[in-house]
Amino acid sequence: MAKQFVKGNEAIVKGAILAGCRAYYGYPITPASEIAHAAAQYMPLVGGTFLQAESEIAAINMVYGAAGTGTRAMTASSSPGFSLKQEGMSYLAGAELPCVVVDITRGGPGLGNIAPEQSDYHQVVKGGGHGNYKNIVVAPNSAQEMCDLTMLAFDLADKYRNPAVVLADGFIGQMMEPVDFPEPVEEFAEKKWAIRGVDGDRMNLISSIELDPDDLERHNQKLQRKYEIMENSETRFEEYRLDDADFIVVGYGIVSRMVHTAVDQLRIEGVKVGMLRPITLMPFPTKRISELAAMDHVKAFSVIELSNGQMVDDVRLAVNGAKPVEFYGRMGGNVPSIKELVREIKRMMRVL
Amino acid sequence: MSVKILGKSKGFYDTYERRPGNNKEQTHYCPGCGHGILHKMIAEALTDYEVAENCIFVSPVGCSVFAYYYFNAGNIQSAHGRAPAVATGVKRALPESVVISYQGDGDLAAIGGNEILHAANRGEAMTVFFVNNAIYGMTGGQMAPTTLIGQKTTTTPYGRTLQNEGYPIRMAEIIASLESPVYVERVMMADVRSKNAARKAVRRGIKNQIEKKGFSFIEVLSTCPTGWKMTAPQSEEWIKSTLVQNFPLGVYKDIAQQVEPLDMSQNLATPARVPKLIGLEQDKVMIDAASIKLSETIDQEIKIAGFGGQGVLSLGVWLSEIGMREDLEVSWIPSYGPEMRGGTANCHVKLSREAIGSPLVTHPTVLVAMNRPSLEKFEDDVIEGGAIVWDSSLIDIEPKRDDIIRIPIPATEIAKELGNTKTSNVVILGVLAGYSDFLDPIVVQQVLPLIFKKRHLLEINLKAFQKGLELGRQLSA
Ligand SMILES: Cc1ncc(C[n+]2csc(CCOP(=O)(O)OP(=O)(O)O)c2C)c(N)n1
Ligand code: SF4
Repeated sequence: MAKQFVKGNEAIVKGAILAGCRAYYGYPITPASEIAHAAAQYMPLVGGTFLQAESEIAAINMVYGAAGTGTRAMTASSSPGFSLKQEGMSYLAGAELPCVVVDITRGGPGLGNIAPEQSDYHQVVKGGGHGNYKNIVVAPNSAQEMCDLTMLAFDLADKYRNPAVVLADGFIGQMMEPVDFPEPVEEFAEKKWAIRGVDGDRMNLISSIELDPDDLERHNQKLQRKYEIMENSETRFEEYRLDDADFIVVGYGIVSRMVHTAVDQLRIEGVKVGMLRPITLMPFPTKRISELAAMDHVKAFSVIELSNGQMVDDVRLAVNGAKPVEFYGRMGGNVPSIKELVREIKRMMRVL
Repeated sequence: MSVKILGKSKGFYDTYERRPGNNKEQTHYCPGCGHGILHKMIAEALTDYEVAENCIFVSPVGCSVFAYYYFNAGNIQSAHGRAPAVATGVKRALPESVVISYQGDGDLAAIGGNEILHAANRGEAMTVFFVNNAIYGMTGGQMAPTTLIGQKTTTTPYGRTLQNEGYPIRMAEIIASLESPVYVERVMMADVRSKNAARKAVRRGIKNQIEKKGFSFIEVLSTCPTGWKMTAPQSEEWIKSTLVQNFPLGVYKDIAQQVEPLDMSQNLATPARVPKLIGLEQDKVMIDAASIKLSETIDQEIKIAGFGGQGVLSLGVWLSEIGMREDLEVSWIPSYGPEMRGGTANCHVKLSREAIGSPLVTHPTVLVAMNRPSLEKFEDDVIEGGAIVWDSSLIDIEPKRDDIIRIPIPATEIAKELGNTKTSNVVILGVLAGYSDFLDPIVVQQVLPLIFKKRHLLEINLKAFQKGLELGRQLSA
């Protein structure tokens, strides 16, 4: 189909509609507002719903309602808005409702600023709301992936009856790149659990209550099994120049683009460095990282994030002490230059 | 804590299988609780209007959290206070269904104040039942927003005071003050007569929705013997003697007969039609990649900077669009964040045969400076041997460096002569195409009509491009 030069934020909406999404509920916030703008433009054209809600809390609950009917539904926001959605995320996970939520992370805490950060990792990947649940989390690093991973997020959400989050930042949202839009999804698995307002589904129930401790424990165990299955079959990551690398840099999202360039430069200097990019943050490529950590040629890891060091926790758990794990982070919306990254990677490599 | 609802209606399940324990016949409500009575009226109305199977019942958090034990409808249980938002999502997805949002006073008037107000204000075509029992029943008799002045609850042990908690809130009056709701009434569950009136209100609220009339709101003054520490008869008495004095009964708004039925039709596009509808059809302009003449060392990192309004960001987008059609990898990113305020703008463009890593341009191969601050700010960043193109009709200084290619272009001047200063960025585009080896003029000319869809704009911009192209060629010669 058509290759178009579009902003990441617009690619999300077009991808969502191609994936069959017909309901968008949102509340404006920079730097995610363009997603709402595009949804407001395109949703009515396909007969879908676009509604600007009165708050992020309302928006996520509208998504809950729409998802309960079996409709593919989404919302998008940025960090402070995602904080407000946490209540809804927990209910969605508890009621096992599939939907897609986009978080275009900005600087925090509090009002912070509107520049790109990756400081929502904890609140998105670790659940963030109350209870023993997890979100599916995908982390695009290009406009193309804003489309592709949004579509994937809808599929995974439906497959596992679980909310899925597209975690990106203002950079990828604002960036324009050519996107090869795929064909629209034509076939959808039937959602027998949905409430459609017809006789046949009156025994269905969308709810997150389980009063009996044993029932609730069983429900929670079922959720954990789901996460386990995802770990085994849905983990996605990209490896770059790892074959002979003695130093592995782990970075996701926009950082991976910077690291990619830094790795190229370091390789020219003869430094044996490579990159691992998690594409799904939940499930996290734990297994692959521990495999790499066990390899002889791999001497150490470093994690680079636009945060105080959040994903690094997961890398450390995966490496499990087998090799040193270093960290470099920028905050406040500052993005490291390639020169800076090259310098910092070399500094961190002194552990070798 | 269980009451049998006599003469069970088809709107209820035959037995309450979802209810835990052995008692599958009776509700979980306390004896004399208004919830049970209201449930029965709703179930009867759904049965009588034959819409139970099309009904989707959104239950709240509060004593009625378990409404789904009983209603033989589609049941969705929502978070505390959010039922109207959930119901909005449901109704928008299934406009033909009958959507009921059922809430207590803590749920609706305290934590969910915003959701109810906006659902009402949008005129969502749903029916809201608001159980005002002046207390939080479920959590142990705490104060509600509707608790009366002087009323003792577990969180107002000395009685609610004006100074500390303010007046009780009157939701029916507030909702009726909005334009959209079609029907707002307050009723009570106190004696046979008032219950008959309540039954009528329940039916009207549901009928309105069946007739696609919009938002109906029925506030029900309802007993909570347990929370009030009274017997059931005392509770009914207290409603009549006290509660109703603070919450006058009546129809606060009723325009259901006057308004036209809403158009609730839904026209969801089939997947096959989607690409066309969202503008994803194949470009008309197909470029034969083999005909493109570009140098081998194509990699360009371009920074374009100037005032907002000079078309700085657009020029970057066009370069990228052209690059994409030359089959190059391209990326564009605007200066982002606080930098954008204050009238200056810049963007970063990368064109490459290889996949692009970082989209940021820190050391441009080409700097396009459209105003003086931009030249001053970015001149030093340009790589040795790189090029600086600047609008010499606006910038009264020159680059200081001599290890770069200097391309002064009176772009604004030329654009003015052509009759539209806005075309100065297209003049620069022409210069870049004429001077450099990374833009194929033929491709540019094919892309311009995609950008300038109006014919008169296309004409003038083609001229601007031509002018720039000639200049660029002269300079490179
Ligand atoms: C976010 C959140 N806060 C608090 C509660 C606890 N809670 C459950 S029911 C309720 C009050 C319900 O009162 P009301 O809406 O008046 O309904 P009633 O029980 O009187 O029918 C509260 C505060 C909750 N479930 N969720
Ligand atoms: S506590 Fe009050 S509102 Fe709740 S069931 Fe008992 S009487 Fe009804």
